[in-house]
Amino acid sequence: MGNLFKIAIRNLLRYKRRTLLTASLITVGVVFVLAFVSVAGTFKNMMIGQITDSMIGHLQVHRKGFVASLETLPLNMNLKGGAIGKLEKILAAQPEVEAYSPRIKFGGMFSNFTETSSIRITAIDPAREFKTAPFLPERVKNGSRELKSGGILVPELLAQGMKVKPGDTVVVVATNADGSVNGKQFVVTGVMESATGPGGRDGYIHMDDARELLRMEDKQVSEYAIRLRDFGKLDAFGKKLAGLLSQELNPLGKPIFEVHTWEKLSPFFNIARMIDLMTFFIKIMLIAIVLISIMNVMIMAVYERIREIGTIAAIGTLPGKILSMFVIEGLCMGVVGALIGDLVGIGLVWILNLSQISYDFGMQKGLVLQASVSPADILMISVTVIIVSVIASLQPAFKASRMEPIQALRHI
Amino acid sequence: MALITARQITKEYRVGEVAVPALRGVSFEIEPASFVSFVGPSGSGKTTLLNLIGCLDKPTAGDLRVADTDVVSLERKASAEFRGKTIGFIFQDFNLLPVLTVYENIEYPLLMVQKISSQERQRRVSALLAAVGMADHRGKRPDQISGGQKQRVAVARALVTNPKLVLADEPTANLDHDTAYMVLNLMKQMRDEFNTTFIFSTHDPKIVGEAEIIFTLEDGKLNRTKNRGGNGHGQSL
Repeated sequence: MGNLFKIAIRNLLRYKRRTLLTASLITVGVVFVLAFVSVAGTFKNMMIGQITDSMIGHLQVHRKGFVASLETLPLNMNLKGGAIGKLEKILAAQPEVEAYSPRIKFGGMFSNFTETSSIRITAIDPAREFKTAPFLPERVKNGSRELKSGGILVPELLAQGMKVKPGDTVVVVATNADGSVNGKQFVVTGVMESATGPGGRDGYIHMDDARELLRMEDKQVSEYAIRLRDFGKLDAFGKKLAGLLSQELNPLGKPIFEVHTWEKLSPFFNIARMIDLMTFFIKIMLIAIVLISIMNVMIMAVYERIREIGTIAAIGTLPGKILSMFVIEGLCMGVVGALIGDLVGIGLVWILNLSQISYDFGMQKGLVLQASVSPADILMISVTVIIVSVIASLQPAFKASRMEPIQALRHI
Repeated sequence: MALITARQITKEYRVGEVAVPALRGVSFEIEPASFVSFVGPSGSGKTTLLNLIGCLDKPTAGDLRVADTDVVSLERKASAEFRGKTIGFIFQDFNLLPVLTVYENIEYPLLMVQKISSQERQRRVSALLAAVGMADHRGKRPDQISGGQKQRVAVARALVTNPKLVLADEPTANLDHDTAYMVLNLMKQMRDEFNTTFIFSTHDPKIVGEAEIIFTLEDGKLNRTKNRGGNGHGQSL
């Protein structure tokens, strides 16, 4: 085998310029794919991180049917006493869960005593919420990041439109579950930017205030947001939790709970999928580059060496060995292209990070690109390039191995 | 017992719808350790006959046995294995592998065709390098040596597997007169040393005289045989 490699490498070096060009083409392809995968992957991870860590959580549990009627935030679809107890017991027993937080969600009217506008309120237990969505406090631009009873975090655009600032007193009016309307005064604790861009109308109040405003006599929760220790285990844990909760049935024998990962709850999942799709097509382009360039070189190599093939076949080299000789040439070119591409690609990502490239996401300005490329990506891209190189060499190599020595020897 | 027995060998090539005969019922026998030449003008069938003996092609009709093997019935892979074990080839254009050194070219059949131990390879290649007078050029590539030297390397490569038979198609066609004689003498010397049968084709009447047995081909027919003494014996049948 070592001799086959020796001959293959010498044959590649025989046409230095052509080999260099082909290896360069593969290298450039690998570099661009690595750069794209790292930048797009970093952006995707940042986006997912922003959405899950400042708003949604990794996954959520609701009463069955709540998400289908999410637009109206129905209070009669809240989880109540016994169900809450069962759910908390199950969540507390899961080692994958880092934190979980109850929320009450409802719609209401926000008034500064002269103007009134609509608002979506999320009532939280701040200590638990900040563990479940750790980026949430960072969204508070003006005022205090602490949310105490009697305080409200007002969305930025609403604060601008209603001309309120931290320290101002406002009123929130809401309809409770039995249809009566109640109001409560709040002090604006802080103004917070939207996680997803302009148009956010989500304000935050303390859970105790929500119960008072909505005249809730018993404990009620609209949703539980859950944060996992390892985000990579999201799908597996989602299935596991759904399985566990599916055993909890109401008196009619129907499931009490429903589980949704962030992907089902945020339209940004489609952007994440688009990034994955673009990455996939970039990889397809790399495969095409490698396939065409290696096949082209190997076809040329076979054509130029027909008499040599005839000679080695005549003196008794078996067809399998001739096939190996050419496949190894393609393999060597793929390995060299992939290795150099990996090194240059890693260098390019390093330079990108040194360049401190900034970008905006939603309302967040000046995020600095921190591109990273995982060893798994490098390995996957390299292995793909090498396998494609071998596949591309197979047809010309097979042709060489099937050549009749007598015809090959006659070739001029 | 004859090394090669050919009976009523016919070979036709098809050019479109037309069958063009290259050999017309050729029969002969060649004994081991012979030094044989097939002589004839261009198109007389010399190369075709060498290709058939060398298992590079198959006859349209007739029986052909080489080293007690019915080579007509050999499949592609078996044919390659048979060539690797039994036959050495010397080509008109030398056909050395340009990426290998002189030493590696001679070693190639032992590495790629026969699985011979490293020590034995070294012993055989070194012995042949010395025998053909190329020991001082062992590290050179084919493009760094002359035509005569290339053919000497080709002779060594053909002999390195200890074949029973070496086929040389116009081995001196690309060499000057002196070098051609030198190569033929080398082949004869190798025949004497290794008891290998050498068969070469030529249309050069000056070179023909070096052969001990001469088969003359004309229009695909074997016309006459001359035995000029030597170790071997051959006859047309």
